[in-house]
Amino acid sequence: MSFNIVHPEKLAAEFLNKDKQHEPQHDEHLWTSRVKRDKEAASIPEWEEFRELASRIKQHTLTHLDQYLEQFEINAVKHGAVVHWARTAEEHNQIVLDILRQHSVKDVIKSKSMLQEECGMIPFLEKHGISVTESDLGERIQQLDKEQPSHIVVPAVHKTKEDIARLFARHIGTDPNNTDAHYLNDSMRKHARPLFLKAQAAMTGANFAIAETGSFVVCTNEGNADIGASLPPLHIASIGIEKLIPTTEDLAIFIRMLSRSALGSKITQYTSHFSGPRKNSELHIILTDNGRSKRLGMPEFWESLKCIRCGACMNTCPVFRRSSGLSYGAVYGGPIGIILDPTIDEKKYSELPYHSSLCGSCTEVCPVKIDISGQIRQWRRVMADHKRLSLIRRLAFKAGAAVLSRPKLFRAAEAGAYGSIKLLPHFLIYNNLFNAWGKHREMPPFAKETFHDWYQKNHENDEHIQD
Amino acid sequence: MMSTSRTDILTAIRKNKPAAVPRPTLRDLSSSGIEGDLLALFKKHLKEADGEFYRLESGKEVSALIKKLFPDAKVICSATPEVKGSRPIKPDTDPHSLADVDVGVFRAKFGVAENGAIWVTEEDLVITALGVLPEHLIVLLDPDRIVSNMHAAYREVKLDEHHYGCFMMGPSATADIGAVHVNGAQGSRSLAIIFLAH
Repeated sequence: MSFNIVHPEKLAAEFLNKDKQHEPQHDEHLWTSRVKRDKEAASIPEWEEFRELASRIKQHTLTHLDQYLEQFEINAVKHGAVVHWARTAEEHNQIVLDILRQHSVKDVIKSKSMLQEECGMIPFLEKHGISVTESDLGERIQQLDKEQPSHIVVPAVHKTKEDIARLFARHIGTDPNNTDAHYLNDSMRKHARPLFLKAQAAMTGANFAIAETGSFVVCTNEGNADIGASLPPLHIASIGIEKLIPTTEDLAIFIRMLSRSALGSKITQYTSHFSGPRKNSELHIILTDNGRSKRLGMPEFWESLKCIRCGACMNTCPVFRRSSGLSYGAVYGGPIGIILDPTIDEKKYSELPYHSSLCGSCTEVCPVKIDISGQIRQWRRVMADHKRLSLIRRLAFKAGAAVLSRPKLFRAAEAGAYGSIKLLPHFLIYNNLFNAWGKHREMPPFAKETFHDWYQKNHENDEHIQD
Repeated sequence: MMSTSRTDILTAIRKNKPAAVPRPTLRDLSSSGIEGDLLALFKKHLKEADGEFYRLESGKEVSALIKKLFPDAKVICSATPEVKGSRPIKPDTDPHSLADVDVGVFRAKFGVAENGAIWVTEEDLVITALGVLPEHLIVLLDPDRIVSNMHAAYREVKLDEHHYGCFMMGPSATADIGAVHVNGAQGSRSLAIIFLAH
């Protein structure tokens, strides 16, 4: 039913029309990351070779995924970890709940995990009486504001300091007028410490899982995953099955690229490797499928499983930078979200492939060489083939196809358009209700004549354009 | 339930996986992106990550430096024999008891010139919480133990022998509020490397 479909353009309008501060600031912060990424990429002369290597290591692992998962399991168990397998989000959440109940856990401290986000784990656990605290600052901000993360690396990047000062004032009693980032950060640090110390279980995700050693790697800048994992005697890690890589030698390539691609830093402040539990503790690993094995069987889309969740495609995307991650109405936003979300729910996210200018910048920066823009185009085809186009798009495409396939009709329409654009009142073209994207920009002036007329005039003696 | 899920997932993968792509062979990349003196590069990148460094000759000098840098510090917890702290640490120490540590001291196994990070395991920390709970960190490092880049680093690392190992690059940091860079998000507020031969 149509009310289930996410309308990114509407959500984008909400962000674009908010005020004169949010959108330009968001755009600027993400572009800064992109510029830093370019500088760091340039510091490795072999960067382009690395992209190719990273892509091939991931392709190799994914085409041997069954073997690498089995190898990972054997080695993780050897280190004393308990390995669980979850087919779906529901199974994942149930396994977590069962483990927590066996240990009489009431309070969980967790670091950032897109997989746990994807599984809707927090609402599920809360429904069962377990309190869950996000320990990453950006995630914590989003949790307090009851919003999804808007970016996979900087979850609250769409918020201003003023937004956060007001939010913290409401929840942790800070001064609503003090917008100093140091003050706000320190207040949250002091607020979070007792929650770390009180928790009876810690949860993390994983950036990489190494088959050769049965280890997994968690990358953070705050050290929050490490604090969680070092305190309570129970650590549960949720790992998507596509996170596997063969060896630590391969890992070096990815660690050198991940944070450089994400924020333009050389590595994350903490790059932490877990191989089995601490002394007198338990480590549970939940290898989760949730649609990934199915995606592996989609010839056009399986390479999206190479994604290492760096967010470079978001930082560079002109649509994302101006409309924010919330405009995608999904766990995964940005260009990568457009190609991941429809594999989770094709109908709900059928409009997402159009939330793109197809400029191709995402493909250019992707450290594992996913042809993101190509896949977006491919998803548009799938949506059309599966008759998921909105009425407006269907009519527009039909008219477009009719005109474009008949040159004479095209030229008549073209000349007509020249006239009508000039006649159309400005408020109709740039009305915020119809076109949020029109705000802050003007149409370029139309040429005085069509290309066809110009060509006929100037190239009379050339070979004629065939009608 | 668990075993069915495992079988189902592995069966689905076997059914769906695309044609095998061979594993690329990795050439020696241990000099990639590295030009110049390793120690000088390490120092430069450590600074960029907001870490400090000092060169000292003895454990006594380290203790004196800690007093000078943190005159108000009440609890100093050291995992390295060169420095005698005020709070003992043993493998069975409850990690929660480190919540009030002002300065944590340990020795890192090696440093990485490419990014100014140090490699540290539970063996060096005695308990892992020592690496992240203290307000400030003092880390001893043998100046001769600097490797070039992450390729060289991962050759040194023995993941099979440690349940925890971390590349730590400077103190804890965040830019989640208004993209302003702030140190001391959750982990240590500051990190100083002391070059002191082992």
